[in-house]
Amino acid sequence: MTDASVPQNVAPPPAEVEDVELYHAHSWITKYVFCQDAKVIAIQYAGTAIAVGILALVLSWVIRLQLAFPGAIPFIDASVYYQSVTMHGMIMVVYMLTAIFLGGFGNYLIPLMVGARDMVFPYVNMLSYWVYLIATLVLVSSYFVPGGPTGAGWTLYPPQSILTGTPGYDYGIILMLVSLILFIVGFTMGGLNYVVTVLQARTRGMTLMRMPLTVWGIFAAAVMALLAFPGLFVACVMLLLDRTLGTSFFMPSLVELGERKDYVGGSPILFQHLFWFFGHPEVYIVALPAFGVVSDLISVHARKNIFGYRMMVWAIIAIGVLSMVVWGHHMYVSGMDPWFGFFFAVTTLAIAVPTALKVYNWVLTLWHADIHFTTPMLFALGFLVTFVNGGITGLYLGNVIVDVPLSATLFVVAHFHMVMGIAPVLVIFGAIYHWYPKITGRMMDERLGKIHFWITFLGAYAIFFPMHYLGVLGMPRRFYEMGETAFVPASAATLNIVITVIALAVGFAQSIFFYNLFKSLKHGAPAGGNPWRAASLEWQTPETPPGHGNWGKHLPVVYRWPYAYSVPGAPEDFLPQNAPPMSGEHSP
Amino acid sequence: MSVMGLFFIFIFSFAMLWLARQGVFASHWLEEGEVAHHGRAAATEPPPAGKVGLAIFLAVAGCLFSLLAAAFFMRGDAPDWQMPPIPGVLWFNTAVLAASSIALQLAVVAARRAEFERVKTALLIGAATAGLFIIGQIWAWRELIELRFFASSNAANAFFYLLTGAHALHLVGGLVALARTTDKVRGAGRVTRALTTSVELCAIYWHFLLFVWLLMFAMLIGWTDGFGVICRRLLS
Repeated sequence: MTDASVPQNVAPPPAEVEDVELYHAHSWITKYVFCQDAKVIAIQYAGTAIAVGILALVLSWVIRLQLAFPGAIPFIDASVYYQSVTMHGMIMVVYMLTAIFLGGFGNYLIPLMVGARDMVFPYVNMLSYWVYLIATLVLVSSYFVPGGPTGAGWTLYPPQSILTGTPGYDYGIILMLVSLILFIVGFTMGGLNYVVTVLQARTRGMTLMRMPLTVWGIFAAAVMALLAFPGLFVACVMLLLDRTLGTSFFMPSLVELGERKDYVGGSPILFQHLFWFFGHPEVYIVALPAFGVVSDLISVHARKNIFGYRMMVWAIIAIGVLSMVVWGHHMYVSGMDPWFGFFFAVTTLAIAVPTALKVYNWVLTLWHADIHFTTPMLFALGFLVTFVNGGITGLYLGNVIVDVPLSATLFVVAHFHMVMGIAPVLVIFGAIYHWYPKITGRMMDERLGKIHFWITFLGAYAIFFPMHYLGVLGMPRRFYEMGETAFVPASAATLNIVITVIALAVGFAQSIFFYNLFKSLKHGAPAGGNPWRAASLEWQTPETPPGHGNWGKHLPVVYRWPYAYSVPGAPEDFLPQNAPPMSGEHSP
Repeated sequence: MSVMGLFFIFIFSFAMLWLARQGVFASHWLEEGEVAHHGRAAATEPPPAGKVGLAIFLAVAGCLFSLLAAAFFMRGDAPDWQMPPIPGVLWFNTAVLAASSIALQLAVVAARRAEFERVKTALLIGAATAGLFIIGQIWAWRELIELRFFASSNAANAFFYLLTGAHALHLVGGLVALARTTDKVRGAGRVTRALTTSVELCAIYWHFLLFVWLLMFAMLIGWTDGFGVICRRLLS
């Protein structure tokens, strides 16, 4: 396999992007703080997201403690409970999951995986992070204003969200809305970068159908986010005007505490439409990058090409398109024309087709593969099981007639935590274990990683699996206290205590992960450039961790897809994307 | 929500066309030859990143305005809905914005011919007319407020302020970009390729905002009431 065997007629086309003048940091501040290098921005994004994620974890303990031992903990009153529920939900969905997948992994992996030196608009990219940070600070600052953060629930449904009975009426709700508006502005800047970089900055030979599925997932999610977040933006701006200027976009005429408010004729349903127009795609904005990452983890650690690559790409696109037209299934209980209900139920159930296709392809990739049970692989497999589990309850809830009685119960809590809480978080852990060697040059401890996996995976099941049962019993969600409720047996209270104890334990067990993360920075085994013997481009950088500009003097040239594992006749069991072609090779 | 439907059909067909042109349907591994091809032949030069970025931003902004329009029609069904009178100055503003758009288009034409002085003049006229448009919009707001059509008194008034405000803010953002472009043009002293692209970007953005304004204006003066009726028929 020498260069002479490269046929002349397939010489790579001229570079799709000319080498542009790179931004260069001149001082410590511009190198580590106000930095325009996507890799630094990625770590800033991920660090901030994990930090608020820890806050959200602590808030979930507050919720669980109240549910298990109502009234036993003095500082948890009804207001604190609702504030915790609201902040936990909002932080996890928007500030943690969206930010870490797109801002964190997107920034780090897109340029490296498509063979670019950096994002296309580095300055805007930097701005994106700083606006995100400000949005996060505004959100957290609501803990330090009179009345505390809003307790309106993460959906912020008017009219209750801006009425005086809701905790955080004075400032909390305003800060929440302002923070969301800032987040969306910041995200739009980042999202433009991710999309344009994928479109414009791919290196020679990197066609769309040679991109790793991680990039496809993040790309599709970024496009969806750009189209869906305006829904939340409009809803937040209009709600903010209702709250501050007294307009009546969403607020109907109502009497509060015996006093007639000035609002007239507004439509709370309109808010729900706008909110869920964003809210449902949001689920897939979180899920699609997770799908992509899992495909890569499974392929690398099973030493086999991903089964049905093209099907996987089309499934991602189909899920993205379908998810824009299913938002109504969150509003079955708000009441709607039966034909609407029918339409939304059909589109919702139709999403199961491309999703199931992806699951089959993952399983078929594992079939007869050389599976290495490394920590990233364990997390990927954990995702598979959890996601299927959460997806199946989704099929129940997609039907109007099943959803209406179950909607206000813990069944829904169990469903969405399985499908968009636990599943993506498992992928995040797997991805960190997988790419940590590239980011730091050192391996994370495998033994600690496996302990972390089993506690997290089994623990998460022990927490959320019984919740399905509680939901079917009729145990309502969102309630501060159950009070005297004849239909809930006493054993349900015991189950709630068990869940809470496990939740506390699993939460604390995450310190194993953080210990591993920080200890390995200095004491981890040196990883070398490509410890997993992976074929995709990010593992082929001349330096590890990749230097500024990623690729040294010359951009890589790509000759094949990123899944060339166990190719017959190849010298090793993988062929890097940028290795010159073998004679007679038929790689995609 | 029909507005959103139309908008998405447009975006979706555009995206699919683009994907097809990028070769997602090709099966390189089934083709004859030693090694798979390297994708598109790259005979044509790809568009500059700025243009692609702007196109995607316009999709986002278009989504925002379509959602506002959707909300406008949905809220407009309520019995309390009472549109405010339309200040006459809006007709003048429409003409001014159209003039601004034309001026920037002339700047593009001049930039392509590398006529430096004409680019400068056209850019200045474009900026001045856009500024005049914004002043005119503020004038219209003042007029309505003097007539006691407050945002809090009727949702239709609130929508008037919200729509025109959102549009004006986008134009202000555009003016910042235009000011930077004008500054660069003056600093450069001649028309370079990068400057031509900048001027083109400004012009595209201006045409987009003019298009949005025309639709918005039609909504505000009630020419689209028929559209609302059609939506309701379709949905019920």
